[in-house]
Amino acid sequence: MNIQSLDPRVTRLGIDSEEKNPDQTLQREEHWETFQVFHQKKRGEKHSSVGVVHAPNAEMALLFAKEQYARRGETVNLWIVNTRDVLAMDYDDYDVFSTTPEKMYRDPAGYKVNEKIAAYKKAQLDV
Amino acid sequence: MYGGGYIHDDQKKKPEMQAEDPVLLAEFEARIARGEKIEPRDWMPADYRRQLIRMIEQHAHSEIIGALPEGTWITRAPGFRRKLALMAKVQDEVGHAQLLYSAAETLGKSREDMINDLINGKSKYSNVFNYPAKTWADVAVIGFLIDAAAIVNQVANSKGSYGPYCRALERICYEESFHLKQGHSVFVYLATGTPTQRAMVQDALNRWWQPIMHFFGPSDKMSQHTETLMRWKVKMASNDDMRQQFLTMYVPKIWELGLTLPDPNLKKNPETNQWEFTEPDWNEFYEVIKGNGPCNAERLAVRRASEERGAWVRAALKRADQHYVTPLA
Repeated sequence: MNIQSLDPRVTRLGIDSEEKNPDQTLQREEHWETFQVFHQKKRGEKHSSVGVVHAPNAEMALLFAKEQYARRGETVNLWIVNTRDVLAMDYDDYDVFSTTPEKMYRDPAGYKVNEKIAAYKKAQLDV
Repeated sequence: MYGGGYIHDDQKKKPEMQAEDPVLLAEFEARIARGEKIEPRDWMPADYRRQLIRMIEQHAHSEIIGALPEGTWITRAPGFRRKLALMAKVQDEVGHAQLLYSAAETLGKSREDMINDLINGKSKYSNVFNYPAKTWADVAVIGFLIDAAAIVNQVANSKGSYGPYCRALERICYEESFHLKQGHSVFVYLATGTPTQRAMVQDALNRWWQPIMHFFGPSDKMSQHTETLMRWKVKMASNDDMRQQFLTMYVPKIWELGLTLPDPNLKKNPETNQWEFTEPDWNEFYEVIKGNGPCNAERLAVRRASEERGAWVRAALKRADQHYVTPLA
């Protein structure tokens, strides 16, 4: 056997390194559409967004997600969602949230009564 | 592994820096200065987008082409444990390419266009992968030292300003730590083995040292352009700083095993605390970028054949009603 290369693919598949094939170009969407992947590490934990896979359909996306995002470590469950089906806010609209941190009436820290209680107790003693 | 510090940018084809809306530009720069990340649909200067696409795309190509020289050794790995580890590592590299292609896609270039540019030789990848992996010791040197060099670069870049790239790099760096460990393990086993094994790893070191010194690219003068990229947190460290950091961390790990490096001038100057070394042959570096390295044609031919031979599978799986949507993050 004539060894052309250290790469077994080159010899076995008869790949010609000199051959130029300018006609071979991928068309748009030849690598399909994209799916967002959500990964759950343990039962009881929430699913978190971990990234994207390209796939021809949801079933294949789940298979690719297993290879891409669950190769190591713990996994109990995966979800995939077609990117097309995600309705996302525009970052430019973030100002709708700008006053949210000020809403102290929605926060336990917004309710402080210890001073009042202490003052009341002190007043009682003074009587 | 695999993203080198050097990002090829053809100076002759580079468009002029575009004039940007000063108000938007000021907001953009203020956001980066505050340490906030830029997300895909934010306004960004055209040059920021262009540089990031080039950088992330070249990084992705380096991962996918980088899997080839090591992949050739899967069938010949010495023993089952080493074979499993190498398969896992090569699969990780291809996975990293996919993470990075997705990150680059969020900037508006499709994965198909990136792969077309790779196959047609228009876009570049890390030069080191245009050299052959001749023996099992080459796998040790690649897995240990080239992964180590790539980690120096990637850890720096993971603190950059573009959200999707940082998220991809965070996952990549986490997985790389196993690559480095397994590369070091193979390296140490050979270096502490029989005289033949030691000779093999010394020979591989001698052949790979120049490509490794090339890895971070030539010394970068602080041009105004570099200054802008650093202010925008696209480039996080100079090529020289990364090379110095790499030498500090890894030369002692080579020397402690009684191995040598083929540069008599390599030493750390105790006064400046900087490594001194013989400049590698930069003409060879540029020749390999131009496509004249020992394996450039073969690497692209293998990649092209994979796309060609997979075309019928992709066509068979494609649904009539699907259409592409740019990933969200």
